[in-house]
Amino acid sequence: MQRTIRLWLLATTTLALVAGPALAQQKTVKIGFVSTFSGPAAAIGNDMRNSFELGLDHLGRKLGGLPVQVIYEDDQIKPDVGVQKTKELIESDHVDFVVGYIWSNVMVASLKPLIDSKTMTIVTNAGASELAGPMCSPYVFSTSWQNDQTPAAIGTYMNQKGVKTAFLMGPNYIAGRDMLHGLQSTFKGKIVGQDLTPWPNQLDFSAELTEARAAKPDAIFAFYPGGAGIQFVTQYAQSGLKGQIPLYTAFTIDDLSLPRLKDLAVGVPGAQNWVNDLPNATNRKFVADYHAKYHSSPSFYGADTYDAAALINSAVTAVHGDLSNKEGMRKAMERADFKSVRGNFKYGNNHIPIQNFYLQDARKNTDGSYSLHTVSLIVANDQDKFHSQCPMK
Amino acid sequence: MRAGVGGSTSDILPQQTDEQFLRPIPYPSPPRALRAGGGKSSAVMLYFIEQSLNGVQLGMLLFLLAAGLTLIFGIMDLVNLAHGSLYMLGAYFAATFAAATGSFVLGAALALIATAVSGMALEVIAIRPLYGRPHLDHVLGTFGLILFFNELVRLVWGPAGMTLSLPSEMLTAVQIIPGVYYPLYRLVIILVTLAVAALLYILVMHTRLGMLIRAGASNREMVGALGVNIKLLYTLVFGLGAALAAFAGVMQAPILAVQIGMGENILILALVVIVIGGIGSIRGAFVAALIVGLIDTLGRAFLPPLLHAVLSTTAALTLAPALSSMSIYMLMAAILVVRPEGLFPAASR
Repeated sequence: MQRTIRLWLLATTTLALVAGPALAQQKTVKIGFVSTFSGPAAAIGNDMRNSFELGLDHLGRKLGGLPVQVIYEDDQIKPDVGVQKTKELIESDHVDFVVGYIWSNVMVASLKPLIDSKTMTIVTNAGASELAGPMCSPYVFSTSWQNDQTPAAIGTYMNQKGVKTAFLMGPNYIAGRDMLHGLQSTFKGKIVGQDLTPWPNQLDFSAELTEARAAKPDAIFAFYPGGAGIQFVTQYAQSGLKGQIPLYTAFTIDDLSLPRLKDLAVGVPGAQNWVNDLPNATNRKFVADYHAKYHSSPSFYGADTYDAAALINSAVTAVHGDLSNKEGMRKAMERADFKSVRGNFKYGNNHIPIQNFYLQDARKNTDGSYSLHTVSLIVANDQDKFHSQCPMK
Repeated sequence: MRAGVGGSTSDILPQQTDEQFLRPIPYPSPPRALRAGGGKSSAVMLYFIEQSLNGVQLGMLLFLLAAGLTLIFGIMDLVNLAHGSLYMLGAYFAATFAAATGSFVLGAALALIATAVSGMALEVIAIRPLYGRPHLDHVLGTFGLILFFNELVRLVWGPAGMTLSLPSEMLTAVQIIPGVYYPLYRLVIILVTLAVAALLYILVMHTRLGMLIRAGASNREMVGALGVNIKLLYTLVFGLGAALAAFAGVMQAPILAVQIGMGENILILALVVIVIGGIGSIRGAFVAALIVGLIDTLGRAFLPPLLHAVLSTTAALTLAPALSSMSIYMLMAAILVVRPEGLFPAASR
C-alpha cells in the first residue's frame, strides 16, 4: 500500500515537473493591488476593489486577451507596511502591474522599489507632488490627479464666491500639506490661520474648530479623507459653525461618507475630477452596473480605479500580450487610449492626467436618499504645476 | 489576501519619508492665540476659557473610561486592555438602539444596560480564569479579547462603521458667558459626566456596595475572609466598569464615528490617566483626567503660536502637533519619577 502511494507521489511530482513549464507558457496578466482593506478605511479599499473587479467584468475578465490574476494586499494605512507589501509583490509574486494606493505617504514610500524594478505601476488615488515632479518615472502612471489640483479648483471657486479670508485645516502628512498648498496657489484672499492635525490618530477637532471660530474667517477649507471627513463635517455642524462660516472641501465628502453624513453634508461644496452623474456612456454603464452588483454608489476612489483596468487593457492589447515589452506598454498608456468614466483625457509628460475639475454638491433626493451631483465645471483641462519638475519629456 | 507579515523589513521609515518631502508653507500663519483676541487681553482670556472647556470635555470623557479601568485594576488587580472594546460595544449598541427606537436618549440608556450585561457575561466567561495570574497573562488574555471583539463587531455590524446622529437641536453653539460660544452637545457631555462623577462618588463613599469596593481595593483577602461573596462583587464591579466605558462610548459616538477599533487609541490615554491619578483611585482618575484633557487641548491650541514666535511657519505647523501629543507622556514620566504611586495612591496595599 505504502509503496503504491510512494510510487503515485513520485509519478505525479514528475508529471508536475514536466507540466510546469508548459503551464507557465500560458500567460496571465499578474496584477498586485495595494490598498487599505482593514480598519475604518477598508470602506475605501473595498470600493476600489469592487470597481476594479467590475472593470475586469466589463472587459470579459481578460486584459489584452490574456487571463488576469489579481493579488490584493492590505497596506493598513502604514507606509512601512505598504512598502513591504509592494516589495513582496515585485520580488516574490513577480507581478506585471501594481495598481492602487490611497494614501500619498504610503505611495511615496512604495515608489522607490517600483521605480527601481521598472514595474508597470498605476496609482489610482494618491497624488503626492513627488510623483508628479522629481520622482516621476517612465513606468508609473496615475489615473487620478496631483494633490494640489483639486484644492486649487476649490480655491478658484472660493474666489468666484467672493471669499476674502479663509482658515485652512488638514491632516499632517504629505497629502494634507499638498492640499493646503494647492488651495493657496489659486485662492486670492487672505489666509487667517491654518492647522495641520496629527494623522491618522486625531479625530476630535474641538481645539481647531474653536480656533477657526475665533479667527472669524469668511470660509473654512478642509481636507479630511475617508472616515476623518465624517468626523470633521459632523463636528463642524455640532459646533454650530454651519450656519455661520461656510465650509469648502476637497476629498472630504464622497459617496462613501454621504450615506452617513446625510443632511450634514448638504450645502457643503467640494471639487472633484469625477462625479457620479457625469454624462458619458462609459460612466453611465459603470455607475449603473456598480449599483446593480454592489447595491451602493461608487466613489471617486472606485471610478479612478475602474479606469486603471481599461488603461492596462489598452497597454496589453497594444503589445499583443507581450508583457516583457514595457516600452511598448508605456507608449500605449501615454496615449490614454481608452474610454474613461470622466470623459477622455490626455496624459502630461509626467503621466498625470490633464483633466477637468468639477464643482460638486450633496443633495437630498425625493426618496430620502442622498447623492452627489455635478454643479458646474470649475476648470477645464487642468495640468498640475509640477510637470515642469519632471525630467521626462 | 496575504495575512502574514514576514519578508524584509522596510528600509524607509514612515516618519523619514514624510519629513524628507517637507514642503515649505508659503503663507505665514499669524500667532493665533494673540490674533484671536486682536491683541486685547480680555479676548485672549475668552479664547482661553473656550479652549479650556474643550480640555475639560476631553478630560470628562477620559474620566468615564479611566474610572472603570481603575476600579477593575484596583479591586481585581486585573489589567483589562479590553476596556476599550466595551467602549466600542457601547457605541455600537447605542447606534443600533437609537436607530431602532428613534430616540437618542432611549438608545443610550438601552446601550448602557446591554453593555453592562455583556460586561458581566464577559467577566464570568473569560475574565475569571485570569484572576490571580501574572499581569502578563492579563495583558495577553485581554489583548486577545480586543481582537475577538473587533472581529465580532465586524461580523455583526459589518466593516463600514455606523453613525449615531444627534437630534438637530443639538447642532448649535450656546453663549455661556458673553463672547464665549460653546457647542451645546459638548457642554451636555461636561454636565452629564459631572453628574455621573457625583453619583459614582456617592456610590463608592456612601453605600454598602461602595464600602465593599473600597475594602476590596485595600485588602482583597480580608474582604473574602469576612464572608463577602467576592465573586459576585467582582462581577458587579466589572459590570459597573463596562457601563462607564459604554457611557463614554455613547457620549463620544456622535462626535467621532462609530467604528471598529475606536477604543484602542483612547484606551492608551485612559491608561495614562490611571497611572498619573494613582491606580485604584477614582478621585485620582478624575483629577488626572482633567489634567490630561487640559494639557492635550491647550497644547494643541497654544503651542503653535508659541513655537511660531521662534520657528518658521512650516516647522511650527508640523512640530506643534507632535509636541502637544507628546506632552502628556512627558507629564506621566515626570509624575512617575516624583510620585511613583501616582497623585492619589489608593490605600496602601
